[in-house]
Amino acid sequence: MGKYVALRLVQLLPVLLLASIAVWLMIYLIPGDPAIAMLGPDVTAEQLARARERMGLDRPLPVQYALWLGRVVQGDLGVSYVGSVPVRTMLAQRIPVTLQLTIAALLVALAIAAPLGIMAAIRPRSWIGRLVGVYSALAMAVPTFWLGILLVLLFGLQLQWLPTSGFVPIWEDPGRALRLLILPALTLSAYVSAVLARFTRAALLETISQDYVRTARAKGLRERAVVGAHALRNALIPIVTVVGLQFGAFMGGAVITEAIFDYPGLGRMLLQAILQRDYTVIQGTMLFVVLSFALINLLTDLLYAYLDPRIRYS
Amino acid sequence: MSVTEAQVVAAAPAAIRATVPAERGTLARLSRQRAGLAGLGVLAVLALLALAAPLVSPRDPLAQDRADQFRPPSLANPFGTDEFGRDIFSRVIHGARISLLTGAVAVLIAALVGVPLGLLGGFFGGWVDAVTMRFLDFLLAVPAILLAMVIIAVLGPGSFNAMLAVGVVSVPAFARLTRASTLSLKEREFVLATRALGVGPPYLMFRTILPNASGPLLVQMAVTAAVAMLLEAALSFLGLGTRPPDPSWGSMLNTGRSFLHQAPWYGLFPGIAITGAVLSLNAVADALQAVVGGGSRPSGATA
Repeated sequence: MGKYVALRLVQLLPVLLLASIAVWLMIYLIPGDPAIAMLGPDVTAEQLARARERMGLDRPLPVQYALWLGRVVQGDLGVSYVGSVPVRTMLAQRIPVTLQLTIAALLVALAIAAPLGIMAAIRPRSWIGRLVGVYSALAMAVPTFWLGILLVLLFGLQLQWLPTSGFVPIWEDPGRALRLLILPALTLSAYVSAVLARFTRAALLETISQDYVRTARAKGLRERAVVGAHALRNALIPIVTVVGLQFGAFMGGAVITEAIFDYPGLGRMLLQAILQRDYTVIQGTMLFVVLSFALINLLTDLLYAYLDPRIRYS
Repeated sequence: MSVTEAQVVAAAPAAIRATVPAERGTLARLSRQRAGLAGLGVLAVLALLALAAPLVSPRDPLAQDRADQFRPPSLANPFGTDEFGRDIFSRVIHGARISLLTGAVAVLIAALVGVPLGLLGGFFGGWVDAVTMRFLDFLLAVPAILLAMVIIAVLGPGSFNAMLAVGVVSVPAFARLTRASTLSLKEREFVLATRALGVGPPYLMFRTILPNASGPLLVQMAVTAAVAMLLEAALSFLGLGTRPPDPSWGSMLNTGRSFLHQAPWYGLFPGIAITGAVLSLNAVADALQAVVGGGSRPSGATA
């Protein structure tokens, strides 16, 4: 196992390096001078020269990258062009907000997907088996932003059951925070719940046809024990890892969900930064996303290898 | 993994071949995929509407009339009117243009860049291939909408740049798929035999391997088109794609959500259009998968 972990870590390094170069290069790919992009078009030649020197733009490109990477590794992500706030501080404020939404959405997705997937696997030819097919086809085709609008129309405006925008930290006012979370979490979870339901069904169908399940049935166990203790338990291995891989879908969906519900998270920050061309904030956010992504993928791989030894020896 | 019908038939002994009914051709099998055919029908109607938009739509999609503001759906305005009194039905029809065009352009960009990349990587291998593929893996894992947003951040918002961004983020899937097929096909006997004839790598890659990898690629094209249309709508919804007053389904929903109180229909019809188009394309992809593809259906992305 130790050797496998080391190998995966070594493989991760070039990817992270390439990703960091891509994120860093972004600012040089913008048409025009980054100093002008930062200061705006109305600057004197002298101001421009000073800004270029301060930003290190007069040095060779590899030197600029090395200096930038050195700062990033120490946790210095620069300062927002627009708000003059350190990007690190902005990230620290927004990450817990998006995390609250993401965790709520993951719980909702599991609550929808697990029963649907299990029922569909136990009774493949029943109406619920067909329901899973229809549900996942719909949930994968309905765009997140339209689903959000539909939920606002129905539960916010028509029935007036739930608030349609705002955010409260869960530790400050749990009741209100939950009410505010329901619609965004439902919106964000739809796509992932469809993926998980499909996957749970497939994984369980596969274990149900295994010899050890037949043996369990043959020795007279009740169906509930056969499915719960034998089939589901073994199906959980791939399911757990697929949950880890849904992080990407959540990050992408969060940008849109946060826009619909005026939810002050990471996604809103990124969208605003793009609209305002606030490049240090874009760089910092993307670096965070890329890094957490790589780490979650790595952890998922390791978890899978730990649970299923065949992987690490092949 | 991706043996074409012709190959199977050619490889079968004459006696068996005689028993294979003539209607087992690819087209004939495609015609049995009812959901896929229905999807194809919906798409054909949409494409016709998009092409003939100025002729079919009852009103000018840009014509404003404040007196007609927020009219609910009626015979004169089947989908109602928006905040400037524009006919939403006409705007939805015109919106099909940008949506379908994005689907087509994205598939074109992704295939033209991704397929050669995958062929070269799979055929020659080496460390350049290893590093490129690791990086593409990584791009595949990062959500497409975020990648597209970053590309827009560099290029600036707009219809054309959105199409470009959506095309670029679709490249890795094509490269990965082509590379996997190339790797398995290049060791097959018919490729080795062709190589033994003394033909060069370009012929082997494009004339021998590529045609035999075309099944899964066809499926990928349908999936990519669906994802591209979702992404374009999402970008326009975020204000990064097609900009007002030009009609696009995503930007209509973006404006519509500010007026849900006065005009609930505004948030309804453009969404039905996107969902219908994407469902149809997914059905076509599933049908193609059942007929020509091997293995599992390539995954799409969320938007």
